[in-house]
Amino acid sequence: MVGGSQLENANPLIYRRAGERQVTAQEEDEDAPDRIDDREIFDLIRCINDPEHPLTLEELNVVEEIRVKVSDEESTVSVEFTPTIPHCSMATLIGLSIKVKLLRSLPERFKVDVHITPGTHASEHAVNKQLADKERVAAALENSHLLEVVNQCLSGRSSA
Amino acid sequence: MKDTLTLLSRVSAHPDSRCWFLAWNPSGTLLASCGGDRTIRIWGKDGDNWVCKSVLGEGHQRTVRKVSWSPCGNYLASASFDATTCIWMKKKEEFECITTLEGHENEVKSVAWAPSGSLLATCSRDKSVWVWEVDEEEEYECVSVLNSHTQDVKHVVWHPNQELLASASYDDSVKLYREEEDDWVCCATLEGHTSTVWSLAFDQTGEQLATCSDDKTVRIWRQLGTGEQGSKSDPNWKCVCTLTGYHTRTVYDVNWNHLTGAIATACGDDAVRIFEEDPGSDPLQPTFSLTAHMPRAHTQDVNCVTWHPKEPNLLASCSDDGEMAFWRYQKPE
Repeated sequence: MVGGSQLENANPLIYRRAGERQVTAQEEDEDAPDRIDDREIFDLIRCINDPEHPLTLEELNVVEEIRVKVSDEESTVSVEFTPTIPHCSMATLIGLSIKVKLLRSLPERFKVDVHITPGTHASEHAVNKQLADKERVAAALENSHLLEVVNQCLSGRSSA
Repeated sequence: MKDTLTLLSRVSAHPDSRCWFLAWNPSGTLLASCGGDRTIRIWGKDGDNWVCKSVLGEGHQRTVRKVSWSPCGNYLASASFDATTCIWMKKKEEFECITTLEGHENEVKSVAWAPSGSLLATCSRDKSVWVWEVDEEEEYECVSVLNSHTQDVKHVVWHPNQELLASASYDDSVKLYREEEDDWVCCATLEGHTSTVWSLAFDQTGEQLATCSDDKTVRIWRQLGTGEQGSKSDPNWKCVCTLTGYHTRTVYDVNWNHLTGAIATACGDDAVRIFEEDPGSDPLQPTFSLTAHMPRAHTQDVNCVTWHPKEPNLLASCSDDGEMAFWRYQKPE
C-alpha cells in the first residue's frame, strides 16, 4: 500500500504554503477567551503528511483554509478535502488522518465531519459514508497496522 | 416540554472510553453495559444508586459493542470487534465465560437472544447474519449463515413472541428472516432509509417495527396481511410513518416501550427524545408527536436508549462520554 513501487500520481502539482498566522493584539490578551476559528483548524491539519509523497496535505492543495468551516458556538467542524486525482485509493486514509487529528486535538464537545470536496473523487459517496460511520472509524483505529499508518501521516514533516 | 424527562442519576460507566450499549435483564434488577474499554459491567441498584456489581474484563480483546440477556436471565451474550461472541453464565453475583462463538470474519456488531431462549443471532461487518441453536448441554451450533445484506450488518433483534428475526445494515435496508424447512430464509426487505440503518425495535405486539438511521429519520413499519405462522405467503411490511425534522444528526438507537408504547431515540446530536402515537390516529397512517426532548442528555453522542422492562417510565441511556444516565419520563398532560 504505502510506499509501493508505483505511485498513483507521480507528478503532483505543488502549491505554496500559507504564511504563519498573524497573531492579533486581542489574541495575545491572556484574559480574552479565544474562539476556535477556521484558521486554527486549518493549522491543525495543514501539516498532515500525504501517505504517498513527502509533502503535506497543504502543499498538495488537498486541504485549504476556505474548505474548513467551524462554529465554536455550535461545536461543529466541517472539513472538505480534495484528493489529487479522482481515483486516488488513499482518499479514505487521508480523510481518516484528518478526522483522527481533529478528534485528538479538539475538545470532545465538537462534532467533526470530514468529506471529500464535491465532484472531486470517483467514490465520493462511499468514502464520505465510511468516514461518517463512527463505528467503522472506531474499529479501524483498533487495527494496529492501520493506526500506525495514520500515525505516520500525523507524525509531522517526514524527512524523505 | 423539557420537564417530561427528569434526570435521576448519572454514572461514569466506562471512564475514559465510550459506552456503546446497555441491556436490562428480563426482571429489570440488573443492567449490563459495554464499551470501548473491552469490558462489560453489571450494574444493580443499591438504595437509590446504581452500583457496579461485577466487571467482565477477560472475555474480549477489543471493543465490546453489544450485549444481550437470555430470556431466563441466567446468560449474557456479548458481541465484540474481536470477531467473537462470548456467552457468560450468571453464578450468583459472578459471571463466567462458558463458551466463545467464533466464525465471523471480522467485527461482530450485535447479538440477540430469541424469546424462546434456544436461538441466538449475531451479525458482523462481514455482511452476514448467523443464527445459532443452543441445546440442553449448552452447546452452540450455527444453523444458518444469512448473506442477504450487501454491506455490514449493524443490529439484529427478534420479534417479541415469534421466531422472526430482523437486521439493520449499512446497505440502508432492513431484512426479516424466518425458518423454512430446516433453514433460515430472508422473507422481507424494508427499503426507504437513504443511509445506514443503525438500529431497530419491535413494538409490544410485534406488528410494528421502528427503525433509525444516519439519514436522521425514524421510520415506523407495519405488518400488513395475515402473517400467520405456517401460512405460505409472507406478510408485507409497509412504512406507515416517517419521523423527520426532529433529529439533527445520526439516530443511533430506537427503543419501543413494551408497557406504554412510547418510543425513545438516541441521537448523535447528544439528545434523547421521546415520541408517542397521537390518540385516535389511524393504525394504517399513524401520527406521532415529540413528547419529550432532552437536548444535552449527554456531553457527546448518545449511543443507546433502553426502557426498563418493568417500570414503565424508567429509561437508561449511554454515550461516547463513557457515562450512562437514568431518566424518569412523565407523559405530558
